[in-house]
Amino acid sequence: MSQQVNVSKPGTPVTHASTQGAEHKGGLPQLNADDFAPQLVWLALTFGALYWIMARIALPRIADVLEKRRDHIATDIDAAHKFKKRSEEAEAAYKASLADAKAKAHTIAQDTRDKLNIKTDAKRADVDSQINAKLMDAEKRIKTAKKSALKEINVIATTTTKDIVEHLIGNKTSDKDLANALKSIATG
Amino acid sequence: MATAQGNDGAMMPNPMNQFEIQRYINWEIGGVDVSFTNSSLFMVLAVVVTSAFLIITMRGHQMVPGRLQSISELLYEFVRNMVRDSTGPKGEKYFPFIFSLFIFVLVINMLGMLPLGHYSFTPTSQIIVTFALAALVFVGVTLIGFWKHGIGYLKLFAPSGVPWYMLPIIIPIEIISYLTRPISLSVRLFANMMVGHTLLKVLGGFAGALGVAGIGPLLLMIPFTGLEILVAFLQAFVFAVLTSIYLNDALNMHDH
Repeated sequence: MSQQVNVSKPGTPVTHASTQGAEHKGGLPQLNADDFAPQLVWLALTFGALYWIMARIALPRIADVLEKRRDHIATDIDAAHKFKKRSEEAEAAYKASLADAKAKAHTIAQDTRDKLNIKTDAKRADVDSQINAKLMDAEKRIKTAKKSALKEINVIATTTTKDIVEHLIGNKTSDKDLANALKSIATG
Repeated sequence: MATAQGNDGAMMPNPMNQFEIQRYINWEIGGVDVSFTNSSLFMVLAVVVTSAFLIITMRGHQMVPGRLQSISELLYEFVRNMVRDSTGPKGEKYFPFIFSLFIFVLVINMLGMLPLGHYSFTPTSQIIVTFALAALVFVGVTLIGFWKHGIGYLKLFAPSGVPWYMLPIIIPIEIISYLTRPISLSVRLFANMMVGHTLLKVLGGFAGALGVAGIGPLLLMIPFTGLEILVAFLQAFVFAVLTSIYLNDALNMHDH
């Protein structure tokens, strides 16, 4: 196993031999002191390089991204708060104007209703008075008609009675007597 | 298939071979062996994979992260919260170090789970690697402690509220526990990684050697592989958490 790769370069056979020796003695390969120096040197080189890369490049970049994200989230939350506040204000304003509009609409409706009421009342009064006037007129006419009719009835009655009396007793009666007689019947 | 070759018994691969260092390129600078080994390869891979992943997934700078970007962000926030919870605001500037430590150990542990045959390797199963990391933490934390509190940092060994007659016992215990930190820190990670990998290798060896009956150990390997992935994550986390706790001692002493 170790032979395959150990043939890489000639020149330092000492370490090679001692590695094998340690194994054959049955000790831990890790305790072979000849292998310490190269491991320590390479450990120092690699760990030094890693520390430099981490401290200078890799970690600051990660920190940068994390910080930016934190800032971004913070500003987003701030903005969200602002928007929320604004929307609440808008809602309040909307409610206020809605209430205002409702009140206005109510007064307008009331006004209109009142005006219309006044107009209809006036018209109704007007129409009522016209109707009344017509009624009175009609009553008057009926009265006069009645009067004239009654007068004519008297005349007709007088002449009819006169005729009938003439026919019955063949005597002419004076208008005066006739009128008195009729009057006494009428009053009964 | 192993018995087919006729050498019964000796055919199971040595489960410790996987911990051997293999030199791919032999290098020596100023008398120091700096060969590029399988250990180096996996450490380099860990750095490349980690950096590439974290940088590429964050390239989009998406406000709403995709799946991969979420992984990067989750890793970041996970370690960040851990550091913040255990060290408070003073620990902020050590976050990149603890993150590097966590991700380095985590990715190395995870890469070690890849079934790459002879090329599989886990640098964190090498005591020298884990000890070096633990020593780095120990020395760093101790220096920070003295730098922040001066000689007063020694008060760490005499916890407040302890009656004076207990101090002769408490102080040595505290000193020993402080000094053994790098050992416990490194051995914990190293032993966990080594034991898990050895166990899987032994089971794998049985699965290969037993032929048809090898299905038993093979099935057993499934839950153990899952367990090892959990351990790989957990040990990286423990390493980072303990580092944060030690750092907290140095930064805030007992007033935290």
